[in-house]
Amino acid sequence: MTATNPAIEVAGLTKSYGDQTVLDGVNLTVPAGTVYALLGPNGAGKTTIVNIISTLLTPDNGEIRVAGFDVRREPAGVRAAIGVTGQFSAIDELLTGRENLRLMADLAHMNRATATTTVTAMLERFDLVGAADRRAQTYSGGMKRRLDLAMTLIARPRLIFLDEPTAGLDPRSRRDLWAIVREQVAEGVTVLLTTQYLDEADQVADRIGVLDGGRLVAEGTAAELKRRVPGGHVSVQFTDAAALAAAVTAHPGATPDAEALTLQVPSDGSIAGLRRVLDGLDDDGVAALTVESADLDDVFLALTGHASDAPASQTPASEEVPA
Amino acid sequence: MSTALTVRDSATMLRRNLLHIRRYPSLSIMLVAQPIVFLLLFVYVFGGTMGAGLPGREGGGDRTDYLVYIAPGILVMTVASVALGTAISTATDMTTGIIARFRTMDIARVSVLTGHVLGAVIKTGCAVVIVTAFVFLLGFRSDAGPLDWLGAIALLMLIAFSLTWLTVGMGLAADSVETASNTPLFLMILPFISSAFVPTEAMPAGLRWFAENQPFTPMIDTLRALVSGAPPGSDLWLAIGWCVLISLLGYLWSRRLFLRVPAK
Repeated sequence: MTATNPAIEVAGLTKSYGDQTVLDGVNLTVPAGTVYALLGPNGAGKTTIVNIISTLLTPDNGEIRVAGFDVRREPAGVRAAIGVTGQFSAIDELLTGRENLRLMADLAHMNRATATTTVTAMLERFDLVGAADRRAQTYSGGMKRRLDLAMTLIARPRLIFLDEPTAGLDPRSRRDLWAIVREQVAEGVTVLLTTQYLDEADQVADRIGVLDGGRLVAEGTAAELKRRVPGGHVSVQFTDAAALAAAVTAHPGATPDAEALTLQVPSDGSIAGLRRVLDGLDDDGVAALTVESADLDDVFLALTGHASDAPASQTPASEEVPA
Repeated sequence: MSTALTVRDSATMLRRNLLHIRRYPSLSIMLVAQPIVFLLLFVYVFGGTMGAGLPGREGGGDRTDYLVYIAPGILVMTVASVALGTAISTATDMTTGIIARFRTMDIARVSVLTGHVLGAVIKTGCAVVIVTAFVFLLGFRSDAGPLDWLGAIALLMLIAFSLTWLTVGMGLAADSVETASNTPLFLMILPFISSAFVPTEAMPAGLRWFAENQPFTPMIDTLRALVSGAPPGSDLWLAIGWCVLISLLGYLWSRRLFLRVPAK
């Protein structure tokens, strides 16, 4: 693979199980040495894409090349270039952390001395030295993730695929993982990750693809996507129902919640926009006020016309119009 | 994938399986206990009466004669018992996430299976040694020479190899670990309808035909000849033929099941 060739090229990818279409013509290109985030809710087809580019699944149609190799005709070439950390922990729970890493080093055909030093280095780098000789079964969720990732990286793959890598992690482990991803990119590794959270994609990705109902409905940098999504809003907490009612009249486009005494007023986050929201409020009746930026739900609402948690069956993929 | 790398990956996977056996010994202990319980049951509960019914002895045999008669069958049952455990451990392994990782790696894929088979054959070797020790403890004596014993060991390992490939396939084909622990049960039943516990001549015609023509009978008869120092005759070739056939079918079946793209 030369520097000018993209690390991942997907064109016209389709996949269905029976009459259920999972991927409906996906096109995406990831340049070498960059981070690409696939953003979408459960069932959008993120994991299916990861499984196809990691040779676990065969596509129905489409041209898919990873590291310059065709996933169908040259799967061994693809496998030699990639490292995959899936949604479910891919560690051997009966083995210790050290034995798990040693297993990966042996399968990467390292010689004995290199394997030993590399395993020790990985244990240190992933903060697993203290637990190295305990069975992985006894590890916490964060430790299992770190071991999983260390096993993926020990063979120094040129491309890594991370399927919802931070699912179930606490905020600190999440930041640690982002740091590891950035380190890899600094070394020239290409990263494709999937996530349900815009802020996560925002943190680490160069480009973001928004996946919905098996289609890529939008693509761009985090800033580009946010510009296309006027999804920010101001959330206002009222002291009583009368104050809420008065505010609803002043902001007909807002969403009230009579139980919680709150009102969500759409706002683009600019000073002028915020001023317009405040002008419609009576300061005696307001208990608290927060400014929220666009989140995944806003992105979805804007790009697909339906909320991210709406079942796909309510809006058949064929009727969706990409924004 | 070159042969050298396939061998290397298989050795790595074998080490993984041996660690599993060490970390989870209760399954192995249960599998060895099973034939020992049968041995004690048949020798001490049925042995007196069954020994008296053995043909070819003046006034019938005794308990020790019966022990000598069933020892080969018990050893083959030991092999079958460990093979049954391999179906369970293979099915369990397939439910773990690391198998998906192996599938995304540039390794000899079949090594995942050869690791299981070689691990199981080593486990069978240990089990056979333990059960043989028990058999001798209960009073088994034989005139067999070292060469006969070597032949007996080789035959038992060959049976282990063939039954293990078959049960690895059953473990892969099973949709759950529960299924995997049930489907190979026939391997424990079949030796009862063979020459293991009574001479086939004592059975009614239809059953006798089945008993004489099923694979366990030539295996057990060959083993019985070897451990008593007698020439095994044509049964030897029949036993080897069955083992080769079962190994080959088991290997091809398992390979096909494992290499196929997962359904989902």
